[in-house]
This record gives sequence, structure tokens and C-alpha cells, in this order.
Amino acid sequence: MKTLTLLIAALLSATIASADKSITLASTTSTQNSGLYDHVLPLFKAETGITVNVVAVGTGQAIKIAENGDADALLVHHRPSEDAFVSEGFGIERRDVMYNDYVIIGPKDDPAGVRAASNTSEALTAVANAKTLFISRGDDSGTHKKERELWATATLSPAGAWYREIGAGMGAALNMAAATDAYLMSDRGTWLSFGNRQNLTILFQGEPVLRNPYGLILVNPAKHPHVDVTSARRFADWMTSPKGQQAISDFRVENKQLFCPNAQPEQDSQAFCPSDAIQK
Amino acid sequence: MEIFTTAIGLILSGDADLMTIIALSLRVSLSATLIAALFAIPAGAALAILQFPGRRLLLVISSAFMALPPVVVGLAVYLLLSRSGPLGDLGLLFTPTAMIIAQTILIFPIILSLTHQAVQPLNREYISLFNALDTPRGLRIRTIIWDARFAVSVAILAGFGRALAEVGAVIIVGGNINGLTRVMTTTIALETSKGNLQLALALGIVLLVIAFSVNLLTHTIARMGEKYQMVRA
Repeated sequence: MKTLTLLIAALLSATIASADKSITLASTTSTQNSGLYDHVLPLFKAETGITVNVVAVGTGQAIKIAENGDADALLVHHRPSEDAFVSEGFGIERRDVMYNDYVIIGPKDDPAGVRAASNTSEALTAVANAKTLFISRGDDSGTHKKERELWATATLSPAGAWYREIGAGMGAALNMAAATDAYLMSDRGTWLSFGNRQNLTILFQGEPVLRNPYGLILVNPAKHPHVDVTSARRFADWMTSPKGQQAISDFRVENKQLFCPNAQPEQDSQAFCPSDAIQK
Repeated sequence: MEIFTTAIGLILSGDADLMTIIALSLRVSLSATLIAALFAIPAGAALAILQFPGRRLLLVISSAFMALPPVVVGLAVYLLLSRSGPLGDLGLLFTPTAMIIAQTILIFPIILSLTHQAVQPLNREYISLFNALDTPRGLRIRTIIWDARFAVSVAILAGFGRALAEVGAVIIVGGNINGLTRVMTTTIALETSKGNLQLALALGIVLLVIAFSVNLLTHTIARMGEKYQMVRA
């Protein structure tokens, strides 16, 4: 019986012990799927020796994970939820890190005529009037919340067979839109790194309202004493330092910059973010 | 065809990241299978041999739990291991250990029910002999497991297959962390969400090849065992 217990203990504990310092970062699929973390985290680790373990889920779920104390830091993109997270005492020291933007994507032949729209509300109204298929994330993610806000701005409440809430991540939504020639809203990062575009293309982009800012928040150690706030703060400091910001702006997919750093207000963000990332 | 070329290329490349992922997949699923089997096989045999009130009910519950969705198991283990949960102080969430725990729970009823099915007919054959010799319970259980060992090994393989193939539980309790908790199935899910469908399918083929190798190995050992037995007899 004793050997049995020992054996099970050994099986269960085989790789828990690790000398390296590590923190858990609850974050969004958009940053992970685009490959940003694969680019910046090794640089951070080389400098500090800290491993950042990224759990990539929707913004809603990421915040839930952080609220439960299952992460040391949070990097998400929905400002109202971020502010609520901080004001409820779960998080401290929210900082701007970077932004990219949302784009409206649809089939190349554009049956709803979104290309002709002069602003986002017009673009969405065109889809709603034509009742062409529109895929909504429906998963309480940052992108989903933003999409609902944009519908509200256009004073529309989409419903009906043409509006499909699929309750899945950005990639799954893009896959479904690609397979059904549907419209949808995506962050530019996930779109640019997406490998299964089929007949889809960007139909509307560039309005300031489509900006998608990311915030980095530390989990409050007063709420969850076990979090490694020192390492988490080092990560936040590095990400917002000139080095980290440079690493973010150096990240390219298909030779296009995906994220525009904006942590340092004294720096002109346009200088960091050339027109290839945010196309007008 | 291109997919098969990609798959073969992936296996032959010996890519370090892929090897880490394969190794973790095997480690998590084999550990879960071993732990589950250690308890489920004796329990399954005991349910066939011992007569006690509630035995039928336990069997029904056990076979019903074979239909347990991995996501539900993942969620339950997540809530248990979360820092805000009852076992939060252990800090096990988002570790391979959490993944082993979830898969163990997932496949325990499978191994138990299939073991029960495997030893049930043997018990009917042996019961008079056992009674005549007044065999103690522990010995009955051991004898019957040993004599049904080839069928029991199929139960173990079924459990292993389920563990290796499931994605719902490990993605919730593991978090699909690169280099730490990323296994084959969560990689496939990730690549699918990136729209890299070819790569995702190629990884699926790699997973099948691994499952095939493990099964082949087990069957070879079983065959060797059977031959040895015939020689001895």
C-alpha cells in the first residue's frame, strides 16, 4: 500500500518542481493566436529569467480566472471590464500596453455592400438590412462586447437566422465565416495571422471607434496573497518599458506590424505605429 | 495526400517543441491510465465477485459515468483546484498534475465497467470452485483478474485511448500553456483556431500514430503472454 501511494505521488508530482520563477498570465486569444507572445516572452525571459505561462481565453473568462486568483497578471482588451476589475479590488496598477484595431470582414463579392459604408454603423446597418449571415463570437470576450457596443451605437439589435452567436473564440468564428461566406468583426492581429481565409477579405476598417486597446493589470496581492506580485510587476514594467514596447512593435506577421505600443504617452504613438498596422 | 506528407515530415523533423508536446501527452495520459487502473480494476472485479446491497446501483452509476463529458470533468476539477476552491492552496491548477487528476477521473468509470464485463463470465465459471475451496475474497479477486488479464488489458487500453484523445478536460485545467501544459489535442485545437487546418490534421495523424504504437506494443506483449501460457500448458 505504501509503495502504491508513493508511486501515485511520484506520477502526480513529476514536473511540478521547477527551479525557474514563473508567473501565470491570463490573456486573450487574440494576443496568443497572432504569435505575439512567442515573440516577446522569450526576450523577457532572457533578460529576467522569469517564465510567463500564458492561459489564453476570452477576455470574460480571463478576468474570471484572475478574480479567482488563478493568475498573477491579466492582459485583456475591454476597458470597462478592466476598470470594473480594478475598482472591485481584484486588480491593481492597470497600464496601457498597446493597441491594434478591429476590422469588418466578409466575402469578397460583398453582397451586403459594406465596402460602400462611410462608418462602422453604416457597415453594420448594411449587413442587417441585407440579412446576410453575420457570425458573432457570443462568448463574452472583449471582441464580443465591443461588437455588441457597435451594434448599439448603430441603434440596431441584431436577431434572427442571419445573426449567429457561436460561443467560440476568434479563430473558430473566422473558420465558420470562411466556410459559410459570412460577415464578422475580428481584431486585425488574429485576422492577419489566420491561415484559412478562403473567400474572406477586409471590407471596412480604419475608423477611430474600431480601436482596440489592451491593458495589463496585476492581480491584487491583498486579495490573493499567494500571487507573485513582484515578478508580475517586473513583467508589467518590462512590457511598458522602451525595450518591451520596441519588442511589441517589432513583431511582424506577413511583414505587417500587428500591435502598436502605447504605454509611454510622451512618445508619439504614430512614430511607433506606421500606417501598415492601422490603415486608413 | 499533402496532409500525410506534412504529418510524416512532422514526425521525422524531431522538432523539439513537438517532442515536448508528445512527451507530455504520453506522460499525462499514461499516468492517468495507470492510477485509474490501479483502483478501477480491483473495484471492477470486486463488483463482479462480491454480493452486497447497492451493487447493481453502483454498476449502473459506473456505466452512466462512462458518458461523462470531458468538459464537465474539467470544470469540476477546475473549481476544485482553483485558488478560490477547496483545494486551492495546493496551487495545482494549470499544471500537468491537474491534467492527470482530470483524466484519471474521466477514465476511472470506463476501466471499472469494462473490467467488470471482462471478469463477470469468469466468475460464473469459478464461483462453485471458489465456494468449494472456501477461497477468501482477496484471493478470488486476484485470481479472477489474472485469468481475465487479456480482456482487462483491453479495458486499460480503452481508458488510455479516451485519455489521449480528450481535449475538453485538459484544456480547462491545463490552460494549454506553451511548454508547460500543451498536449497533442490542445495543440490541434489551437492550430484549428489559427486556421492552420492542414497542420492541425497532420498533428491528428501524429496522435493516431502514437496511439497505434502504444496499442501495438500492448497487443504484442499480450500475444507473447498467450504463447508463453500455451507452451507452459
